[in-house]
Amino acid sequence: MKPWIAFWNILVKDMRTYYLKPPNISWGLIFPLAWTGMFFIKSGSGLESIMALLPGVVAVSILFGTTSMLAVTVTFEKKNRSFERLLLAPIPFELLMLAKTSGAILFGVANAFVPVVMAAFLADLSLIAWSVFVPAVFMIAVASTFLGLFIAVAVSEVFEAQTFSNFFRFPMIFLCGLFFPIEKLPVFLKPLSYALPLTYGADVLHGAVHGGHAMPFILDLSLLGAFCVGLFAVSLWNIKRKWIL
Amino acid sequence: MTKDTHTIEASNLAKRFGDVVAVDSVTFDVRPGELFGFLGPNGAGKTTTINMLTGLARADTGSIRIGGIDCTDRPRAAQHLIGVVPDESNLYPELTGFENLCFCAALYGLGKADRQGRAKELLEGFGLTNAAGRKFSGYSRGMKRKLTIAAGIIHKPEILFLDEPTTGIDVASARQLRQLIADLHRAGTTIFLTTHYIEEAERLCGRIAFIVSGRIVRIDTVEHLIQPVQEKHVVQIACANMPDDIRDKLCGSFPGLEFTTQGQGLIRVESGEPVRVGPLVRFLEEQGGEVAEARRMRPSLEDIFVQITGIEADAMRKEKEKAGGGQ
Repeated sequence: MKPWIAFWNILVKDMRTYYLKPPNISWGLIFPLAWTGMFFIKSGSGLESIMALLPGVVAVSILFGTTSMLAVTVTFEKKNRSFERLLLAPIPFELLMLAKTSGAILFGVANAFVPVVMAAFLADLSLIAWSVFVPAVFMIAVASTFLGLFIAVAVSEVFEAQTFSNFFRFPMIFLCGLFFPIEKLPVFLKPLSYALPLTYGADVLHGAVHGGHAMPFILDLSLLGAFCVGLFAVSLWNIKRKWIL
Repeated sequence: MTKDTHTIEASNLAKRFGDVVAVDSVTFDVRPGELFGFLGPNGAGKTTTINMLTGLARADTGSIRIGGIDCTDRPRAAQHLIGVVPDESNLYPELTGFENLCFCAALYGLGKADRQGRAKELLEGFGLTNAAGRKFSGYSRGMKRKLTIAAGIIHKPEILFLDEPTTGIDVASARQLRQLIADLHRAGTTIFLTTHYIEEAERLCGRIAFIVSGRIVRIDTVEHLIQPVQEKHVVQIACANMPDDIRDKLCGSFPGLEFTTQGQGLIRVESGEPVRVGPLVRFLEEQGGEVAEARRMRPSLEDIFVQITGIEADAMRKEKEKAGGGQ
């Protein structure tokens, strides 16, 4: 038995069946464009604000891209029972779920670079610390994907997954320091900010793009890693408890 | 696995969903190469039992061994040995028949050349070569069932679980599938088959367990199960315009015979001795009845099933067809 064959084929199947479909590609392009435009207009400033907006737009693109897709791929397959095929495969359960989430992680990373490519035409990106930016993008994609998995496992219908994920996603836009600094939030909201994984990812992105970060990169990335492990473990536990009845 | 090892051993399996007892103290074993039938009405616990055996559900109590591997605490431990054909065709609607089979083969670690070769072989064997490039969502019910069975055996499993394989498909496809199942059995695959079609179980299985309301009420070989009714002589008479008290009149006039009225103008006559049809027909006509047909019935497993479970086979079939489409 070669588990990597199963892993690779699950990933390729999901990419072909879900992520590389034209509606999803256009979603990946239009969504970051809309966010960039929205905040650009809101800020009322000129092109110099692009570098300040870029980390937030990148983080939001990853968050919405990954959580939306996973709600479909996992919840839909659970609903039509094709997910049982995967549960019957003789590969380790953890590897199976990693395969199932890898497509969303890659989709999230690809989404992240859409605003970067757009920004490259309007601003000088040569000062971005790519050695920090790229790992941060990857870690945010992993954490957001596992958050999406956690949500997908908690519900039984695709529309429920979308609704439930908005419960997490929209507060994260305002609480995680993407566009509004955490220091300016009311005191009672600050603990909530630090309980959300995107706070640490956004901090690294801000640091990598324009140097304004609150915590050391290594601490941010370690905490993000801890969120990834925690969310993945809870999701697996939930699947075993709820789906393998 | 030695020759003496039971391929499937289930001991005191139980499963509840809230207040509902789905499976209650179920114990049985399946021998290597055997085609074992699990026969019961809708909601009897057949699918729950299969799910526990295949690792898709956890038993509340009891133990499971598959191919000598203890799966009680590790429900997925023996999945490399088994193939599963669920009661619903659950392949991927967006993939073609060929892609579905290749994907299922990849889940079992088959290399590209092997999985493509095996997929082509099965598509040919199941008469689906012409539909290989079509999306699964465009297949007919019968084709979907065939491809789902093909996906279940793509990795040549030692043990195959078939959950209601012929439910909801047309007669010709069902017949073809039964032939395929018989061929797999002849080739040495151990098969665990759940069905609510009594004739199907009788035709295919070596041993059968009757399950009703989560409990196994009888397990035996088809020969042993049928033996008590084989010595009986049964005649069925179709007769219109029968008086309401015809059964009582028949019992009074023919004391050596047992009569059952079955609705729709049918009378079933049973006896330990050969039944003489002539006097019965004359009697019915004297009572105002119009006899359309009288025929000797071959005693079947259905008689035993009805006797043991108290469930009419017709009612069971209709109930299932209402839920899943007719056969």
